[in-house]
Amino acid sequence: MKLAIRLAYRNLIGAGLRTWLNVIVLSFSFVIIIFMKGVMIGWDNQAKTDMTNYEIGGGQYWYKTYDPFDPFSLTESHAPIPEEFKEEIASGEMEPFLIVPGTIYPQGRLQSIVIKGINPRQTLFLLPSHKLDTITEAIPAIIGSLMAKTIKASAGDQLTIRWRDVNGTFDAGDIVITEIFSTNVPAVESGQIYVPLEKLQSMMMMPGEATIMTFRDSEKNRPAVDGWTVKNKAELTASVDKMIKTKSAGQTILYAILLLLAMLAIFDTQVLSIFRRQKEIGTYIALGYTRQQVVGLFTVEGTMHAVLAALLSAAYGLPFLAWMAKNGWTMPIDTSEFGMAIAQTLYPIYSIGLIISTVLILTTVTAIVSYWPSRRIAKMNPTDALRGKLQ
Amino acid sequence: MEISPIIRIEKLVKKFPMGKSEFTALNGIELIITRGEFAGLVGPSGSGKTTLLNIVGSLDVPSSGEAFVLGRSIGNLTTKEAARLRKENLGFIFQSYNLLAVYTVYENVEFPLLLLNYSASDRKKMVMDSLEWVGLADKIKSKPPQLSGGECQRVAIARAMVKKPSIVLADEPTANLDAANSHNILKTMVTLNRELKTTFLFATHDDKVISYLRRKIFLLDGNVDREEIKPN
Repeated sequence: MKLAIRLAYRNLIGAGLRTWLNVIVLSFSFVIIIFMKGVMIGWDNQAKTDMTNYEIGGGQYWYKTYDPFDPFSLTESHAPIPEEFKEEIASGEMEPFLIVPGTIYPQGRLQSIVIKGINPRQTLFLLPSHKLDTITEAIPAIIGSLMAKTIKASAGDQLTIRWRDVNGTFDAGDIVITEIFSTNVPAVESGQIYVPLEKLQSMMMMPGEATIMTFRDSEKNRPAVDGWTVKNKAELTASVDKMIKTKSAGQTILYAILLLLAMLAIFDTQVLSIFRRQKEIGTYIALGYTRQQVVGLFTVEGTMHAVLAALLSAAYGLPFLAWMAKNGWTMPIDTSEFGMAIAQTLYPIYSIGLIISTVLILTTVTAIVSYWPSRRIAKMNPTDALRGKLQ
Repeated sequence: MEISPIIRIEKLVKKFPMGKSEFTALNGIELIITRGEFAGLVGPSGSGKTTLLNIVGSLDVPSSGEAFVLGRSIGNLTTKEAARLRKENLGFIFQSYNLLAVYTVYENVEFPLLLLNYSASDRKKMVMDSLEWVGLADKIKSKPPQLSGGECQRVAIARAMVKKPSIVLADEPTANLDAANSHNILKTMVTLNRELKTTFLFATHDDKVISYLRRKIFLLDGNVDREEIKPN
């Protein structure tokens, strides 16, 4: 094997430009696959981090009828905060949200919204809820940049909102936008406004009530509470996992095309080598190689393309990947309209496992593709090969 | 003194399929070559000389009969055993040199020693000795495309001789060379045969080669027609 590696290296280097063209194509595959996979891991990581920071915390209790995808469930989805949660709420380890449907009237238009009551002094989320801790005639409210764009509102603007209290009575009032925040999580921005929890409870005539409770500590074992369903972090981020999985599947097609191009080049080179180097093959056999050893030599030679490609990739790919990890990959279009948790700039994350597995997979595929045409050598008649007579 | 046979051919037949019929290349050859001979299979194209050389070189197998090389029956060798016989005991010189184009002269000559797992220092000494024999010690870094035909064939001889094999098989070694180079090559081989006692077996129809042979085995239609032995 050592000799085969040594000879294969000599043969490859001796083949010059042909070798380097294959190596360059293969190295592109290495770098692009690692980069794209790194982007997906980075996206997944960023999406989950942002969701944790802005939306789900360490997990949530949902009132039994609450369904975030059904606005009609909101009217009935509220209940007094259970005694079991009071201690954690007091220590800031749990935050209640009251979520109710409403209507906003921007520039005389009408738009359905979700009004969320949040504790202005909460520290569980990165939302600028402290901007709600103010005294104004109008109800202080913060909104996301996506919502601001939709309703064409700026900080300081006053808008009218309408709601229906617990008795079914419609009421209306003015809000003043005290802050417009920006996140990478559309779910906390689109179609919703945030007002002080106690104010919303009073508006709705639901004192001490909430729709969901978000807790900080995801590791703690959460007991079942009557009327409330516990949702752990994995459940709440399942949609991200599914989305990443779908995106990854799409990317796999890209990898397959890249790999196919690289492998086609290797395969062609092998077929051409075997045809052009018949005399050489015959010479190896005359000098004492078995045909199987020559098959091995050609397979190692083909596989060595992947090794050289990995080295070349390391030379230019590592600085590129490191630079991308530091500076990120900025999306060419506004990602806030994607409707999913994605940052405008994605920061790829590469693990040693990702790099090693990519190198191993590509090298294994290259070895198989190199071996495939080389099997023909095993059927060669050495005397014909020596004279270069095979067709 | 007992003469030891290094190659013994008994009723050797070699047939090749040719469409639905068969072509008989060798038809019951009987031959003995002894150690240290400088012999040649001589005959026109199609007489079977290359086929016989290939069988002796364990690159091909007989259809029937026996070919014993260094006491081993070629027909009964496994692929690995045949490869080992070639690796350890046989040297080949081909008409078109068959040098490895991407290797230097040194690497080409070194190749058989790599297969035999010689140490780096032994390899270096043996390669340089071999290149000295053929007068190419100053060309070690050249690659075959940079050499003349005569130089290529001398590299091929050095490669065949570097492991000091028992037998060197040369198939039309001067076919691509001019007269001056042919004589140079042949003189080198005669010297090596005398100094190292290596057995040389040629397949040729070149008069220049034939004039150097001490034993000429004339083949005709796949059989030994006659022999001539040059007196010492």
